[in-house]
Amino acid sequence: MTELMRPHAEQEHAEELAAIARVDDRPKPPQWKLSPWAVVTYVLGGTLDDGTEISPKYVGSRRLVETAVATLATDRALLLLGVPGTAKSWLSEHLAAAISGSSTLLVQGTAGTPEEAVRYGWNYARLIAEGPSRAALVPSPVMVAMESGAIARIEELTRMPSDVQDALITILSEKSLPIPELGGEVQAMRGFNIIATANDRDRGVNELSSALRRRFNTVVLPVPATAEEEVRIVVRRVAELGRSLDLPPADGAEAEIRRVVTVFRELRRGVTEDGKTSLKIPSGTLSTAEAISVVTNGLALASHFGDGVLRAGDVASGIVGSVIKDPVADATLWQEYLETVVRERGDWKDFYRAARDEVR
Amino acid sequence: MTDASLRVLGIRHHGPGSARAVAAALAAHDPDIVLIEGPPEADALVQWVGRGLQPPVALLSYVVGDPTRAAYWPFAVFSPEWQALAWAVQHHREVRFMDLPAAVTLAVRHEGGAKDPETLPEDPRFDTPDASDPPETGSDGDLGYENEDSAPPSERDQVRTDPIAVLARTAGYDDPERWWDDVVEARHGIDPFDAITEAMAELRQYAPPPRTNGEQLHQNRREAQMRTVLRAAMRDRERVAVVCGAWHAPALVGKLPPASQDAKLLRGLPKAKVATTWVPWTHSRLSATSGYGAGIASPGWYQHLFHASDHVVERWFAQVARVLRRHDLPVSSAHAIEATRLAETLAVMRGRPVAGLDEVQEAALAVMCAGAEPVLAFVTNDLVIGEQLGTVPDEAPLVPLDADLRQQAKSLRLPIVPEAKDLVLDLRKDNDRGKSRLLHRLRILGIPWGKTAYVTGTGTFKEAWRVQWQPEFAVAIVVASGYGTTVESAATACLIADLGPLSDITARIEQALLADLPAALPALITALDERAAHEADIAQLMEALPALVRSQRYGSVRGTDTSALGTVATGMLARVVAGLPAAIGGLSPEAATDLRPHLDAVSGTIGLLSDAAKALWLDAIRHVLERADVPGLLGGRLTRTLLDAGEIENMEARAALSRALSHGPSVIERAAFAEGFLAGSALLLIHDRAILTLVDAWLAELGPDDFTEVLPVLRRALGAYNKPERRALADRISVLDREAAPNEVEADLPLDELAEALETVRLLLGGAHV
Repeated sequence: MTELMRPHAEQEHAEELAAIARVDDRPKPPQWKLSPWAVVTYVLGGTLDDGTEISPKYVGSRRLVETAVATLATDRALLLLGVPGTAKSWLSEHLAAAISGSSTLLVQGTAGTPEEAVRYGWNYARLIAEGPSRAALVPSPVMVAMESGAIARIEELTRMPSDVQDALITILSEKSLPIPELGGEVQAMRGFNIIATANDRDRGVNELSSALRRRFNTVVLPVPATAEEEVRIVVRRVAELGRSLDLPPADGAEAEIRRVVTVFRELRRGVTEDGKTSLKIPSGTLSTAEAISVVTNGLALASHFGDGVLRAGDVASGIVGSVIKDPVADATLWQEYLETVVRERGDWKDFYRAARDEVR
Repeated sequence: MTDASLRVLGIRHHGPGSARAVAAALAAHDPDIVLIEGPPEADALVQWVGRGLQPPVALLSYVVGDPTRAAYWPFAVFSPEWQALAWAVQHHREVRFMDLPAAVTLAVRHEGGAKDPETLPEDPRFDTPDASDPPETGSDGDLGYENEDSAPPSERDQVRTDPIAVLARTAGYDDPERWWDDVVEARHGIDPFDAITEAMAELRQYAPPPRTNGEQLHQNRREAQMRTVLRAAMRDRERVAVVCGAWHAPALVGKLPPASQDAKLLRGLPKAKVATTWVPWTHSRLSATSGYGAGIASPGWYQHLFHASDHVVERWFAQVARVLRRHDLPVSSAHAIEATRLAETLAVMRGRPVAGLDEVQEAALAVMCAGAEPVLAFVTNDLVIGEQLGTVPDEAPLVPLDADLRQQAKSLRLPIVPEAKDLVLDLRKDNDRGKSRLLHRLRILGIPWGKTAYVTGTGTFKEAWRVQWQPEFAVAIVVASGYGTTVESAATACLIADLGPLSDITARIEQALLADLPAALPALITALDERAAHEADIAQLMEALPALVRSQRYGSVRGTDTSALGTVATGMLARVVAGLPAAIGGLSPEAATDLRPHLDAVSGTIGLLSDAAKALWLDAIRHVLERADVPGLLGGRLTRTLLDAGEIENMEARAALSRALSHGPSVIERAAFAEGFLAGSALLLIHDRAILTLVDAWLAELGPDDFTEVLPVLRRALGAYNKPERRALADRISVLDREAAPNEVEADLPLDELAEALETVRLLLGGAHV
């Protein structure tokens, strides 16, 4: 398994899933590999009755995960919304792995996603040789999920063209997929459902029609709730990424990481951590994922061009690049932030100078 | 005296389940007298129930002469106490309140606090809505603590104030009312109250003691008083019912301890002189503070539970759908169906038999609000809290705000009469300052007793008013009494409620200074800071800034500490400075004309702030002028500002003017620069020959059409000069050609001859070194 660049969730955590299944004696919805309670335990981690440790896959609100799992148990489709970098796809993969034992029935939404990716296509050689037949039909992941009563995943639903999105309406409301060429249809087995993810910053890309939206329950995944939580996430991911990029370990970089996270959190929420000063909110998303890349980038700078120690100057350009997406409005608010907040902080002098040099 | 005639109904304050059960138990027991937990001062006020009293209302007791010391006992329609009151009044039964008199609790609290703050912290039962410390909208606070020095509510306190919630939580319920529905009401035919009393007896045995001896003593006294009233009632009545907090129920059943023991506990308690009345209350304040200690976060949900006989969740979502539709959000019945299913699935997943508030809110968020918290806020405000205002009949006794107003007017010798009277106040005198303060505060409360009038003469210490009392102020006072019990606290609370845009807040800050309400300033300043941060329009910020700077500089006539305003003003200036270049670049001539007075106003007041602020501002102007797209008018104006401030030399200013006049994009832009540069004072033109020559040469070179076009602009700039200035200017121009020498007149002054005059000037300036 270690030969794989990135194993699927159900491969990587096969042992945990098996351990949970062993102790899981609660009622399961049809075709579910685990009970809803067990799915929540798998996602959020915990200790089983027999002492097995389950690692947390998603760090965040228990209520959100419960709502998500309960939604799938009521046979309504689940839409995970959130700004980029809030672990939407990650959560959807683990939910599918825990519920159906497979996270591979995946449709990636892009501007070019054809209707075949949601319904079915044809094997044209066979179609011409044998005429329309079930054997000549190439089912989409959604169709496979319907036939087997499994969870299908759709990534970036709002990036799909609207007409392709709307192909889902019949599937979700009638739970069937008509195949007029064969004069038949595929009816979904119990247990079939869809988890879609969408980015709520890209509004207006292809906004869901209200008919389709009505068939989804929406769970909004928030950015990390506390600075501590976010610093932990950044430190862990930076360490993981650093290993694969052969960067030196980020020892002693915690203070700098904390500062990056503080800047991101303050601008994202529009208020300083002490709650005393309000701020304008930049047009960029400033997600945790971006904070991670700022720090990784700073580490690369420090190790290749500096003395290996992460300093204010190494992260300043990354931060400025993340904040200033709109050259006028964002530059103004960044200037405001520097002058009203950063400048006042006694131990942030180095960062203030570095950031000022970046802008000038 | 037999036990059979006594029913003790241990209830959960503001619990709709308890309220229903109380109504049923009273109907079944049919007592002659109902004893209710509450201050006996209110016995005389029961007559108003059924005579125009509409819950939510509150009983209010306050110390006569010091209304800031007050206690509230709020009632909603779903409060068991209210149901008991309503039942008794409807069936013409006697009602008596059986808790310690408010006179005692208010006096004990006062003395206890003065003597030994350690032993008797604020009793959560008696929260004074002190306006300087606005009540928290306690989303999760079960107790209405308000004083910062008292500890946050803990389980230890809650076991006393809301023991049923503790039982429910032990059973795995977040929502105690759903626990009541499930465990208590679902068992038909079984009277819940005996079981509750038994459970409480157990709980009392094992619960940790209160934090201090004082609290324990207070509880013992209260229960002694309850028993004393109970004994008196049972002496001459057949059937008695008691409605009290569940925690106290075990103390009142079975064989009561000897009366002498209770009498001893109650002997010699201090007493304050108090007045008690009904006041209108609101649902939102029910959630924040409560006379029973047990505040509730979701009065609307409780009202729903009280009224909904069946299909609680389904009916709730039907209401949610209606609320969302009222806010123009497309929500169908299908949504309500799906939300109900999700709420019930969530409840099952969490191992709860029925969906509670948590489940319905989460389901509403996921299904009906598309995950958007702001949309859910409509539901929370309109339904979960469900704002309602109670009413109190006009004939009910005076509200404390009215009493305070009359008392203050009397001590200031300001008669409350319907005739108009003119006053000229001298703010240097204490009494006059007091009058001014009272009139300003009443104006804030929407009681325009005095109207400001024009005052002749100079001096900031004089203030003229025309005072005239009007009968309809009575209504305004009742409305304003919702804000507080004294004029000062109510005005403060009113000032910081429902804040509007930036200009509204600066106006309120000015009012706070005039009315001497320093307690309102921190909240206003925070709001100001927040609005300033989100204000994208620099002009708005610049408009607000000068007033603020003046406030902090001159507001102290009344002796208020305004240094915080200076900090905010500096912060605001930083925001203006950050946005200035982008705001000025590429402005249309019309917009530039609009912006100019704001720039001038900021330049004019900035010196009052601090040297650092002034430097920041001038530095910002320099940056602006480096841009190529500054409109001519503002370019000229800002160059002049720098020149006047001594930031740039005459040479530099001349060069800028010369550049603008020769290379400006259009003739009208060039003229606009000249207008901006020359407007204000003629002295520059009169005394700086080089500039005059520049302008003169430029005008002379203009073609006939261009000249016609430029004329109105120049007229605007030069027409504002006063007459002597214009005459002096004309003189200068007439000799311009003849005195072709480039050197300036000033440089040739015969300083020797002037030495004596200069010496005199030096003495006049107070010996300063010239």
